[in-house]
Amino acid sequence: MKTTITVNGAARTLDLDPRTTLLDALREHLRLTGSKKGCDHGQCGACTVLVNGLRINACLSLAVMHDGDEVTTIEGLGSPEKLHPMQQAFLTEDAFQCGYCTPGQICSAVALLGEVEAGWPSQATQDLTGKVALTDEEIRERMSGNICRCSAYPQIVAAIKRAAGALA
Amino acid sequence: MSSVADYALPNPVTDNRSGLIGKGVDRYEGPLKVTGSAPYAYEVTPPSPPAYGVMVPATIACGRIIAVDAKAAEASPGVAAVWTHLNAPEQAPRGTRVHPRSTAPSRPVLEDDRVRFFGQPVAFVLADTLENAQAAAHLVQLTYEEQTPDVDFHGQLAKAEQPPGEEDVEIGDFANGFAQSPAKLDETWCTPIQNHCQMEPCASIAWWDGETCVVHTSVQMVKPAQHGLAETLKIDRDAVHLMTRYIGGGFGGKGQTYDDITLAALGARFLGRPVKVAYSRQHMMHGTIHRPATVQRVRLGATKDGQLTAMSIMTTTHCQRDGHFTEHASNFARSLYAAPNRLTGHRLIHLDLPGAGPMRAPGEASGMLSLECAMDELAEALGMDPIELRIKNEPEVDPETGKPFSLRQLVRCMREGAQLFGWDRRNPRPGQARDGRWMVGMGMAAAIRGNFLLPAKASFSVDRHGVITVRQGMTDIGTGSYTVLAQIAAETLGVPLADVRVEIGDSELPPAPGSGGQFGAATAGSAALAAGMNLRKAIADLAANDPGSPLHGGPAEAVTFQDGVIAIANRSESLASLIARAAPEGLTVEGEHRPAADARNWSQHTYGAHFCEVGVDPVTGETRMRRMLGVFAAGRIINYKTARSQLTGGMIWGVASALTEGNAVDPRYGSLVNQDLASYLVPVQADIGELDAIMLDEADDKANPLGIKGVGELGISGAGAAVANAIYNAVGVRVRDYPITPDKLLGAMLAR
Repeated sequence: MKTTITVNGAARTLDLDPRTTLLDALREHLRLTGSKKGCDHGQCGACTVLVNGLRINACLSLAVMHDGDEVTTIEGLGSPEKLHPMQQAFLTEDAFQCGYCTPGQICSAVALLGEVEAGWPSQATQDLTGKVALTDEEIRERMSGNICRCSAYPQIVAAIKRAAGALA
Repeated sequence: MSSVADYALPNPVTDNRSGLIGKGVDRYEGPLKVTGSAPYAYEVTPPSPPAYGVMVPATIACGRIIAVDAKAAEASPGVAAVWTHLNAPEQAPRGTRVHPRSTAPSRPVLEDDRVRFFGQPVAFVLADTLENAQAAAHLVQLTYEEQTPDVDFHGQLAKAEQPPGEEDVEIGDFANGFAQSPAKLDETWCTPIQNHCQMEPCASIAWWDGETCVVHTSVQMVKPAQHGLAETLKIDRDAVHLMTRYIGGGFGGKGQTYDDITLAALGARFLGRPVKVAYSRQHMMHGTIHRPATVQRVRLGATKDGQLTAMSIMTTTHCQRDGHFTEHASNFARSLYAAPNRLTGHRLIHLDLPGAGPMRAPGEASGMLSLECAMDELAEALGMDPIELRIKNEPEVDPETGKPFSLRQLVRCMREGAQLFGWDRRNPRPGQARDGRWMVGMGMAAAIRGNFLLPAKASFSVDRHGVITVRQGMTDIGTGSYTVLAQIAAETLGVPLADVRVEIGDSELPPAPGSGGQFGAATAGSAALAAGMNLRKAIADLAANDPGSPLHGGPAEAVTFQDGVIAIANRSESLASLIARAAPEGLTVEGEHRPAADARNWSQHTYGAHFCEVGVDPVTGETRMRRMLGVFAAGRIINYKTARSQLTGGMIWGVASALTEGNAVDPRYGSLVNQDLASYLVPVQADIGELDAIMLDEADDKANPLGIKGVGELGISGAGAAVANAIYNAVGVRVRDYPITPDKLLGAMLAR
């Protein structure tokens, strides 16, 4: 099936098997292998990408459902020569070890800041009427869909706070 | 042959003139990892478009395949081949080692009709796309003759036997010493099967370049993977070019290869095009090794004032029917506390389960969950502080071998940790502290993990730009190998970090044992220092003998290396100008380190102390880790940042061992019940409170020329026991069956 997806700002038209997930379309067809396959059924978060600005698990979504959508992957956030502030913060805080969950963590973290900024509450939000404060508890709650088996969790919290400061 | 005495001699790393050693520099490969541009095995770009292979796992644990119907799969769109034991390409029989020095024997795939464990790959589909391969894999029909799997570990503990070649170790007379002890503890702890759950499932991509099999895979040890594949394929070892440059977690589970690598190589040869094969997440649980369950009986005898008079851990564990692995959960206790009468040993049961094998801190990770709780229980029975009980039994020399310790700062770890954590605020009487609905408690545990050094080689090059390149068949599984090798190279050659390149994870590079047993940095780093010293000598000789160099004629041994400049007193030039003029093609030298002949004269370990505060909800039985601190003594630290990440990561594994992590066996099918990350509970962000690790400033000059030790496994050792002890302090009941889940804890609280 012909599907056109805008990926990292460029329109890409693919002729896809309808069974192809968005994750496999990115990895196997567009050679954007930054999005990782950790479980292939929405439990680990390694495949997290932004679709129209919102974070989703790319493995749980068929590519043909995204005709006309705008997808941002880790490759769209920055490059080794020009890191996104969140990428730089992860590097500075050593918020990863093996690095396999890292692109998903970073995409998730970028979206998290947007959600907090927009005032979306979470399970950890104490005051549902005011501005959401970016506390450690908020970060932990909102990042719990991204597993890091190396368990860089404290450093990930530190990186997100660092990036939030840099982006503010 | 070197001697431990040589390790104390100064060298550029211990001199640390640039201050790079110890510094928390960013990960060398970090910019690639945070941008998604580090290619893991399945993501390597092959020379032509790849075909996709998908494995079919067995749905029984024990029996034979009596019929295969592959017609529907073969007729499925895009399918190029369907293999089972009936038509798999020829391979060497299992265990073949044609080359006597091969570090691993053959491991054929689809070798016969026998099913040895649930999830064993029993068929393989090759197709043009991943979707076509996955769809066809579901169409392969296998008929089994099933035998009842023997998987009941706890039901046959009485049948456990001494592992071949492993004797119990008894010092003094344990039975008598224990019988006569005024205070006694005799309790049994259980730990469950655990799965590694590396974020990157095992995967390989292979293609053939003439007679050479080029393969990228995800493995912790390069040479055994290369040799094992060559033996399986019946080709020269040099005809396998194996690379493993980025590895999405290992934790011991990737210390060996699995069927993906062989199937990718065979498939690529069959099709004449690249083939890639990956395990699914579910298949990882059965298709790769696990940490086996244990039952540990701990007996402690002591005087009324807390002097241990008798100590024993006896561990019963299990491994695969044809396997040889023993989870040595008792071994660490041989060096931890003084006691005149001691008994340690292991018993093993063979089961029809998938392979048991090493997982992060094999032995310690399970064993410390018992003894370090037993010490807590004994301390309470004696009315002593748990730290004071441990200090009272601190040995002056190794309590079993009588060898001196190379360096042992366990007491300092406990004392400094207690102060930093606020241990004096702990009420020794359990069940006294409340914070809202939460019952709050504090616990601590000691940590010990052996320190090892293995032989390794490395090469160092310098080019005309003064850039140093380290090459070594080492791996980085997230440990920081790339980074610490770069730091050692920069410090040894006196160049900025930006002028160092590191190439690892390649079978064509000088061999190193790889990552495991927390020996990686010390082993690879010692070889790197040796190679770096050889390059210094080559550069110094070049300068001294080059009439164009201001250093010409000078004594080569007087040449200094700093900031990319070589000098003898006030005569100097840049490293780049010397090489560009005198050796424009660059220089390359090799170096090697072999452990000192007398290294075994010392008892060598890494140490630590864990402190944990938990909250327990008395209504639901839920435990929350609120804050945790580890203080560690692991020799000189090369990189504060990466070492700390290793330690905190290990501690979090310990929290999970105490609270959530474990797999259950389904006796009906011989399978593991938890087959994904929703049911096998590794920690997520919300599970982990405030947690940090600090490292004592020390250097162990008996360990290796760098004075460093490992940290990758130390962090988990004892960590779970600190959590369990905190739970007891919070609620006043002991659960000795890990993990301490709400059902068990609530049941114990209600029963009290």
